Amino acid sequence: MAYIDNILFALLLVAGTVLFVRNVRKVRRNILLGREVNRSDNKPERWRTMIRVALGQSKMTTRPVAAIMHLFVYVGFVIINIEVVEIIIDGLFGTHRILGFLGPLYSFLIASFEILAFLVVLGCVVFLIRRNVLKLKRFMSNDLNGWPRSDANYILIVEILLMSAFFMMNAADYRLQQLSFDHYTVMPESAFPISSLLAGLYGNASPDALVMAERFCWWFHIIGILAFLNYLPYSKHFHILLAFPNTFFSNLRAKGAFTNPENVMVEVKAILDPSFTPPPPPETPMRFGAKDVQDLNWKQLLDAYTCTECGRCTSACPANNTGKLLSPRKIMMDTRDRLTEVGENIDKNKGVFTDDGKSLLGDYITAEELWACTSCNACVQECPVNIDPLSIIIDLRRYLVMEQSAAPNELNMMFTNIENNGAPWQFSPADRLNWATEA
Amino acid sequence: MADFAARGETPEILFWVGCAGSFDDRARKITKAIVRILNHVGMKFAVLGTEESCTGDPAKRAGNEFLFQMQAMNNITVLNGYGVTKIVTGCPHCFNTIKNEYPELGGSYEVIHHTQLVQQLIDSGKLKVEGGEFKGKKITFHDPCYLGRANGEYEAPRRVIEKLDAALSEMKRSRANGFCCGAGGAQMFKEAEKGNKEVNVERSEEALELQPDVIAVGCPFCMTMMTDGVKHFNKEDNTKVLDVAELIVQANDL
Ligand code: SF4
Ligand code: SF4
Repeated sequence: MAYIDNILFALLLVAGTVLFVRNVRKVRRNILLGREVNRSDNKPERWRTMIRVALGQSKMTTRPVAAIMHLFVYVGFVIINIEVVEIIIDGLFGTHRILGFLGPLYSFLIASFEILAFLVVLGCVVFLIRRNVLKLKRFMSNDLNGWPRSDANYILIVEILLMSAFFMMNAADYRLQQLSFDHYTVMPESAFPISSLLAGLYGNASPDALVMAERFCWWFHIIGILAFLNYLPYSKHFHILLAFPNTFFSNLRAKGAFTNPENVMVEVKAILDPSFTPPPPPETPMRFGAKDVQDLNWKQLLDAYTCTECGRCTSACPANNTGKLLSPRKIMMDTRDRLTEVGENIDKNKGVFTDDGKSLLGDYITAEELWACTSCNACVQECPVNIDPLSIIIDLRRYLVMEQSAAPNELNMMFTNIENNGAPWQFSPADRLNWATEA
Repeated sequence: MADFAARGETPEILFWVGCAGSFDDRARKITKAIVRILNHVGMKFAVLGTEESCTGDPAKRAGNEFLFQMQAMNNITVLNGYGVTKIVTGCPHCFNTIKNEYPELGGSYEVIHHTQLVQQLIDSGKLKVEGGEFKGKKITFHDPCYLGRANGEYEAPRRVIEKLDAALSEMKRSRANGFCCGAGGAQMFKEAEKGNKEVNVERSEEALELQPDVIAVGCPFCMTMMTDGVKHFNKEDNTKVLDVAELIVQANDL
C-alpha cells in the first residue's frame, strides 16, 4: 500500500506523456501534408531570428501593456516549470521537497517562483479584463465567435488555478513547518513571500487537514500541468511551443518578394524557349495555386498551427479596417480548422485522405475575402510569431485565376491589356515615350 | 537605350519608367521630374522607350502567374540583350518586382528606387538642394508598402525631405506601421469589395489630421489614391500631393 501514490503518479506521468507525443505526431503528420519548401538555408540568421522573435519577443513591444503582461506570464510559466522537475522526482520516489538540501539557494528559488507566480496571476487577470470587461476590439471580432473565445478564457483561468494551487500548497507546507510537523523541515519565512500571507486562510486547521490540503494542491498542480500539456495541441496556446520552430523557419527574403512557382516556370519556358526540354511531368500534376490545405506548403501549415489568434494582423489590415470581409487572422484560423478536419479524415480512413467534397477555398475562405487584399504586408509585419497570411491569400488567388479563370471582370480586362499592350491600361505601346516630347 | 547601343556606348543607369509613369497624366509629371534631376546632375541615363513593357506586378499580385512570368521573361530578354546592370525605377512596384522576383527568372540587376537615387546624389554632393518654396512648410510622407515594409526602405525619402528645411511631420501610422493607400495587390484596377469606407479615404483623413502643406509620396499609385482622398475632403487648395522628386525639382527650379 505504501507505494500506491508513487505507482499512480508514474502511471499518470506516462499516460500524459504518451498522449502528448501521439498528439504532436499527428500535428506533425498534418503539417507535412503540405508541399515542399526550402527553409533550411542560412542557419545562423535563422537562429538569430528565433532568439530575437520567439525567445526575446521582439515583435510584442509595439503594444507595451500587452508586452509586459505577456512577458510576466511567459517568463513565469517557463521558470516555474523548473519546479516540475522536483515534483516529478518527489512523485516517483515519495520524497518531499527533494531539492531542499540546497538550503538557502532552495529558499531563494521557491521565493522567486512565488513572485513569478504572482506576476503570472496578475498578467492573466489583466488579460481576462482586457478580453471580457474592456472588450478590446480585436478580441470582439466575429473571427473569435464560439470556441476560440472560450479557449482563450479557459487557458487564462486554468493558469490562475494552477498558480493558486501552487500558493495554497506552499501555504499549507509553511503552516506545517511552523508546527514542526513530521517531515516538514523548517524553511525561512522569506522563502514564502506570497504564501506566508495566505497561510491565515487555513485558520486553525489541524495538521492532518493541512497535510490533506498540501497533498490535494500538489496533485492538482501536477495533474493540471499534464492536462494542460494535452490541451495544447487543440488550442491556440500551442504557440508557446510552436513559436520557436515557426520563427526559425521564417521567410528570410524581402517581404515583397513573392514566389515564382516552379510548375508555372516550366510551362512559360516551354512556350518562350523552343530549345527548353521540360522535366518529366510528375505523377500527379501539381495544381496551379492552392485550393485546399494540401496545396499549401508545410510552412504555411505550421503557421496555421502557430497562430495565437491575437488579431494584431487583422487590426492592421487596411481591408478589415475599412469594413471589408477580409481578416488575415481568419485566414489562419480557417487554414488550421480545415487542416484539422483533413487530419481527422485521414485517421478515420486508415491513413488515406478520402475526398469529402470540401476544400479550404469555398467552404472556409470565400473569393470576396481574397479579392479585398491590397498585398500591403501589414499583417506579416505585425505578427509576433512571423506568420505570413498574405502568402496563403496569394496562393488561393492563383488557383482562382489560373485553374478557374474566376478573377473579377475588371482584373480580366487588366490581364488582357497587359497581354495586348504591355500595360494594365488600354494604351498603345507606341505611345510609351510620349512624355519625353511633352514640355 | 537603342540609341546608346547603336553608338556603342553604355549608359550609367537605365531609368525604368513604368506603365503609370508612361501613360498616366499625373504620373508623367513625376517621370519628367526624375528626368530633370538626372539631367541636372549630368548622369548618362537611358530609357527602353517602346521596348519597355509592364513588369507584370499587377498580374502577379492578382494571381496570374503565367502572365507575370511571360512579361518578366520578355523584359529580361530585352534587359539582358542590352547588358543592363543598373536600374532606377520611378515606381516601388516595378522596383520590388525587378529587384526581388526577376533574379530567379534570369534577370539580376542592381535596382534602386528614385528616392534612393536622389538621396545618393545629395550625399555624394552631386545634387545641391535648397528648401525654396517648401522651407518651413509642413510635409508628411506616406510610405509606399512596396518600398517600406516590402523592402525595408523608410529613410531615403525622409532624408531627402529633411534637406528641404521643411517640418517633416509623421502620421500616427508610419514606417513599418504605415497604412496602405488602397491601390496595391491589383486593387488599382478594380472596384473595392463591399465595406464601410474606401482605404484611400481612411488614409487621406489620417494625413489631413496633421493639416500638412504637402503630402509627399513615392509611388504613382499612392499619388492617385492620395490625390483622390484629398479631393474627397475638398482640401486640395490647402494640401498638395507631390512626389519626392517633384519636391526637389520645384524647390530648386530644376
Ligand atoms: S496584406 Fe492583405 S491581408 Fe495582409 S494586412 Fe494587407 S490587405 Fe490585409
Ligand atoms: S497571424 Fe499572427 S498576428 Fe495574426 S492572429 Fe495569428 S498570431 Fe496574431
